[in-house]
Amino acid sequence: MNWIDIGAVEDIPLRGARLLKTHAGCIAVFRTAEAEVFAASNSCPHKGGPLADGIVHGQKVTCPLHNWVFDLNTGEAQGADTGRIAVYPVQLENGRILVDLSAAEQRSAA
Amino acid sequence: MQKLVVIGAGMASGRMLEHLFEADPDAYEVTLFNAEPRGNYNRIMLSPVLSGEKSFEEIVTHDDAWYAANKVTTRFGEAVTGIDRARKVVIGANGEVPYDKLVIATGSAPFIIPCPGHKLPGVVAYRDLEDTNAMVEASARPGAQAVVIGGGLLGLEAAAGLRLRGMEVTVLHLMGHLMERQLDEAAGYLLQKDLERRGIKVICRASTKEIRGTDRVEEVLLEDGTELPADIVVMAVGIRPAVQLGKDAGLEMGRAIVVDASLRTSDPDIYAVGECVEYQGNLFGLVAPLYDQAKVLAKSLLGQEDTFKVRQLSTKLKVTGCDLFSAGDFADGPTREDIVFRDPARGVYKRLVLEDDALVGAVFYGDTADSNWFFGLIQSGEDVSAMRDTLIFGPAYQGGAAADPLSAVAALPPEAEICGCNGVCKGTIVGAIAGGATDLGALRASTKASASCGSCTGLVEQVLSVTLGDAYAAPRAQPICTCCELTHEDVRLLIKSKELKSQPAVWQELGWKTPNGCHVCRPAVNFYLLADWPLEYQDDLQSRFVNERKHANIQKDGTFSVMPRMWGGITNPAELRAIADAAEKYKVPTVKVTGGQRIDLLGVKSEDLPYIWRDLNAAGMVSGHAYSKGLRTVKTCVGTDHCRFGTQDSTGLGIKLEKILWGSWTPHKVKLAVSGCPRNCAEATCKDVGIVCVDSGYQVGVAGAAGMDLKETERLADVASEQEAIDLTVAFIQLYRENAKYLDRPYKWVKKVGLDWVKARVVDDLAERARLVAAFELSQTVYRKDPWAEHAAEQTDRYTPIADLTLEAAE
Repeated sequence: MNWIDIGAVEDIPLRGARLLKTHAGCIAVFRTAEAEVFAASNSCPHKGGPLADGIVHGQKVTCPLHNWVFDLNTGEAQGADTGRIAVYPVQLENGRILVDLSAAEQRSAA
Repeated sequence: MQKLVVIGAGMASGRMLEHLFEADPDAYEVTLFNAEPRGNYNRIMLSPVLSGEKSFEEIVTHDDAWYAANKVTTRFGEAVTGIDRARKVVIGANGEVPYDKLVIATGSAPFIIPCPGHKLPGVVAYRDLEDTNAMVEASARPGAQAVVIGGGLLGLEAAAGLRLRGMEVTVLHLMGHLMERQLDEAAGYLLQKDLERRGIKVICRASTKEIRGTDRVEEVLLEDGTELPADIVVMAVGIRPAVQLGKDAGLEMGRAIVVDASLRTSDPDIYAVGECVEYQGNLFGLVAPLYDQAKVLAKSLLGQEDTFKVRQLSTKLKVTGCDLFSAGDFADGPTREDIVFRDPARGVYKRLVLEDDALVGAVFYGDTADSNWFFGLIQSGEDVSAMRDTLIFGPAYQGGAAADPLSAVAALPPEAEICGCNGVCKGTIVGAIAGGATDLGALRASTKASASCGSCTGLVEQVLSVTLGDAYAAPRAQPICTCCELTHEDVRLLIKSKELKSQPAVWQELGWKTPNGCHVCRPAVNFYLLADWPLEYQDDLQSRFVNERKHANIQKDGTFSVMPRMWGGITNPAELRAIADAAEKYKVPTVKVTGGQRIDLLGVKSEDLPYIWRDLNAAGMVSGHAYSKGLRTVKTCVGTDHCRFGTQDSTGLGIKLEKILWGSWTPHKVKLAVSGCPRNCAEATCKDVGIVCVDSGYQVGVAGAAGMDLKETERLADVASEQEAIDLTVAFIQLYRENAKYLDRPYKWVKKVGLDWVKARVVDDLAERARLVAAFELSQTVYRKDPWAEHAAEQTDRYTPIADLTLEAAE
């Protein structure tokens, strides 16, 4: 595991998201509750909608373009839609957000 | 107990079993065979399953519990291979079953055109759940294309369903116009136009030559050489009775199994019902006569006398938005006369066919409101010569009855048929209501009215309303979303009455089933709270759709558009210069003049937004709110300043209104216009609020629309002074903010509450008008501000990444 500190949890609005730019593309970091964060691909598999701009509810996000809903635990599209976004390990330590992007980097290297 | 074997678990045999068990549950021990691996479901509702409006579970008529409760031995998924009449046994793939009485209900099989390639995977009929699932599956592929062969009822419902699933759909029809058995040419043309408007391509006189593909279907080739790529081909060219079993058993055959009026075949112990029977030379494909047969057959099986009669049929197409109706016989003939009414602008076509002073046929397209009344006239065969002159205008014009929509239903005689599928007449429904069935659900349970295809639901509700008067409560509307069980209206009322002033309070007190709502309810609840508690509640950006959260419109590539406000459509060289500079500085790819009299900069990157706003702010411009459910623009013409026709200062009034209203949040967007004279250059008569200046003052119209629907404004009031025009506008918008459902434009809301209700509060009650104006002003003390300036100063973080790991790695 290779944990990278990307910022403080308060940097993300509650039930909101911020972008994280990486060599493997943009990743959306979601704050679903006071002390609960998720990291996933920013791009909706349907038409590439920016998921960081979606409405965050429960542990899910709704794509702003056509309302596809993704579970941030699994990355699976919910309901009748089928598709999946990549999700990345993320943890909170003393209010700092740590992400592990080894999976994302392998993907881009491959 | 006698043994009854039924072959086929379709709608006809299912209905027969219901009647049988209802009359005498212990008369027979029943064994039910079905080739499909499931029991009876409402096959005519496969269309909504295909389009995604219903799930399969919702259309199951008899589930396992029902069969168990009625002690039916089910042999589903098992083919019957023969009937041995001598030994009185049915031979199934898994063994024989003896019978005392046998019912053949094998239905029909789709007719498949035997052209080359018809057996390729991807070529389906539209008959059962497997076909439907195959179509749903094919539609999941992005850009998938479908070819539907057959432009009859079934084919068009399939096409509409596939189109709703997002597929490119082409309908091929062998004849010159669609649904030629039910429609004449003119109505077929209107139908084709409506379908094409929905993006369904229609090719008439199309003869299929070949279906091509290697592993599965790839394209359809027509006789004229046209090639149509296809991921799925649906054959809906017709059905033929499935009668092999009856034929092999040596029963008397015509085109199908011949039965008498008691549904008995040539073997006294064997009956047949449904699409596999022939009676007096007739075959049957629609559900209504099948249900009649089921009723008669149940009695026959119990040794009671009843006879099946062939009756007139009517047809409705279950494609949302295509209103068509046909009944009776409308072929031309020397003794026949036509009465035709056309309204090309509304796409309405009505044709009545008369013979010997009686109505024998009717075709309606676009307006089918009175179809039941006409169908009643066809069935009764009464002399219509006395009302011939006004006949085509419907029952409202016979005897000068009022134009009340309920009067048509009130005027129907008791024997008028309301539910065509189940043959339920008005008298039966009224009787059931008197017997205590006072809502739609209870009526469906007791009479089956509107319980099959559902297209008569509105009529059944009207009968309820006419019969019960004020005692009838209209059915409960849908909840906001699956997070709660309350309607928008309920939530609005409870927020006020329980004084709920935060989203967590709403979720907790009103029993939300999710932790913090979803993308459907969160924006609605956020709006209701800020509209009702402007000072106490703080707007929650995270409950807003991206456009309102980022104060710019998201485009399909994830960039945004930026549109500064131009008060009343007036600008000046300094503003234009600032816009031009910003467009160059931020490399804006598209600059567009909009219909709302301002300039749109399209293709701005998210992280540039605070900076372009700061530049525009510096030139004195503010957000145009082109992204919000709130005030958009006030469009004006030049009025008395320059125009030789202008009667008032329309530009000045427009600017005043925009300065009062800007920044306010509303249930949906609100667009205004002010025209300086009745020539109406600002197109004020299709706006949410549109003011037309005249010599004597101001005509204030409301509830217009020029989007999904097109509707002229309705006159709220004529007033003499500019201040009154402003007050009426503000009061109307505040009443809308306080009462409308989220995402209802004013015209939809006014339609629900009625213009008179609005007038009583905004025009007639001066104290209420003053309260509304004051309440709006109070809210505006919070919201009349530029969100661009605020975000550019304090919230630039929102528009930038939390971290950029590409920079670090580069070091």
